[in-house]
Amino acid sequence: MTPPKTIIRFENVTKRFGKVVAVDDVSLSIEEGEFFALLGPSGCGKTTLLRMLAGFETPTEGRILIDDQDISLTPPNRRPVNMVFQSYAVFPHMSVADNVGYGLKVDGVPAAERDRRVEEALALVKLEGFGPRKPDQMSGGQRQRVALARALVKRPRVLLLDEPLSALDAKLREAMRSELTQLQEKVGITFLMVTHDQDEALAMASRCAVMNRGLLQQVATPGDLYEFPNSRFVADFIGQVNLFEGRLTVDEPDHAMVECPELAAPIFLDHGVTGAREAMVWVALRPEKIELHKRADGAPPPVLEDARPGNNVAAGIIRHIVYLGGASIYEVELEGGRRVKTQRSNLTRRDQEDFTWDEPVWLAWHACSPAVLLS
Amino acid sequence: MTPRKTPPGPLDYLNRWPIRTWLTLVFIYLYAPMLTLMAFSFNNDKRNIVWRGFTLDYYVKALQDSDLITAFGNSLTIAAISTLVSVILGTLTALTLWRFRFPGKAALEGALALPIVVPEICMGVAMLVFFTQVVPWPTEIMWPFNLGAIIISHISFSFSFVAIVIRARLASFNRELEEAAKDLGAGEWRIFRDILIPHMRPGLLAGALLAFTLSLDDFVITFFTSGPETTTFPIKVYSMVRFSVTPEVNAASTILIVLTLVLTALALKLQGNDVAREAAGGS
Repeated sequence: MTPPKTIIRFENVTKRFGKVVAVDDVSLSIEEGEFFALLGPSGCGKTTLLRMLAGFETPTEGRILIDDQDISLTPPNRRPVNMVFQSYAVFPHMSVADNVGYGLKVDGVPAAERDRRVEEALALVKLEGFGPRKPDQMSGGQRQRVALARALVKRPRVLLLDEPLSALDAKLREAMRSELTQLQEKVGITFLMVTHDQDEALAMASRCAVMNRGLLQQVATPGDLYEFPNSRFVADFIGQVNLFEGRLTVDEPDHAMVECPELAAPIFLDHGVTGAREAMVWVALRPEKIELHKRADGAPPPVLEDARPGNNVAAGIIRHIVYLGGASIYEVELEGGRRVKTQRSNLTRRDQEDFTWDEPVWLAWHACSPAVLLS
Repeated sequence: MTPRKTPPGPLDYLNRWPIRTWLTLVFIYLYAPMLTLMAFSFNNDKRNIVWRGFTLDYYVKALQDSDLITAFGNSLTIAAISTLVSVILGTLTALTLWRFRFPGKAALEGALALPIVVPEICMGVAMLVFFTQVVPWPTEIMWPFNLGAIIISHISFSFSFVAIVIRARLASFNRELEEAAKDLGAGEWRIFRDILIPHMRPGLLAGALLAFTLSLDDFVITFFTSGPETTTFPIKVYSMVRFSVTPEVNAASTILIVLTLVLTALALKLQGNDVAREAAGGS
């Protein structure tokens, strides 16, 4: 296997609009064949980064390279990238075939080859036979396919997708997720997607970059982003999380302890934390990693096999239940008044009846579950 | 049990007698004068006050009146040239205002509406002064160049109508279409030709139609800028009426009305297709 080749490199790219810093000193490499997602809340600079790659904005500082060529100042029509726009931007006065063939026509591809490639591209997005139709005779999902075919037919080095699923309804969005990833595997082109929807990024991307206020927060695989966030922002932005502020009291290579004022018992971790002793840290605990146990008067707290007795438990009372069908979210009020969210899968039809409002419970979690955050 | 009276739906109102009566009155008010004019163009009476039987004589007479034909030809020529020029100028102005930011843009936008709000009589006098004292336009030169003064004054007021119509049309343009074309490799000129012009088409048509009809029936401004050799149809009709209203005047007017109606219907049909397509398109 050949080592992956870097296809896009952002080198210290900064973009300012007047006094506003939209993108702040971003350095990022994207490898050939990746499905890369730029993820972040609105206004975080992800779209600006994408538009700089497409050529609609130029960086204030830094440079952008595609295949080791500096393209920072190349106009959009001379870049080896193509884009699927958020509004799809299908030309309303042209037929589907003319839309898809437009880029080839501009490039002076002979008509016979053009027709063949348009057919191919339409087949790729499952729109065979739609060529003579006008865009106004198509649904939103179909128009998106036209936009996809129109960009792919030019065989770009990188395909840019700006919020590709945001305009579709929930069912279609779900279907398009897997279809887009399958399409990407089939054509083997590097995809770069911008999205504010973390589920979308986790489900589709092979690697994600999380951005906030123009800064790159973390670049990792979806799994690492979720399980090993590097900051409170990432932990909070991706999925649900309970954050506890605390002091790092023990930090050995094979275990660590964090004492949190909001928890009666200290948190025991089965791994070391490279932080200063007595430093302020934050512990992130995902709701589905907290177990819910019945709490009877006088009975001892549950002990999970990898935690020390007395650690990694908290007593509380269920204050709120959100039934989601496949799972239920329980909001548990701890003795100090802090509310903690836990999620429990409804494995059988009766599971949802196990716990009820105002029931005293124990919360317990494994020693490997909490993520310790230094910032 | 008495059946309860259901409130009428939005379209049901048209079927109720008070609304029908009202609509009839409105249409009579709007069209009765014109229908009278048309009817009396077939009147076999020189004084044209009472109906004396059907004839087409006055159409023949009108078509044989060389002065009237010349004036008619002048009017059409002026309308055609001024429409062409004002559509080009108006489009360019609209594009500039839409596309660029520059000092004095607000002032230019305001100034654009001036020819529409300034009373025509003032424009007429201004043109008269301009073409007699600043740039005297020769009237002895070859046709159609002797119509230059009239054409220029027509352009000066109709191009702002065109610019405003097209500017409004451009406001609905999705800039992503332009970016998409650029992304696919098109240069500026190509984008203009392939994307922008098709989008502006309904505006171009509406603007052209406006410019044409405005020019064709303009009386006030033309009155001040025309000379004895350069009469237009409205001026000619006015001078005919001053002697007597013969059915010939009616006949000539009817021809003009029919011509305008046909042109308008044609333009609306072309534009209607575009609008309908867009409406169905959604985005």
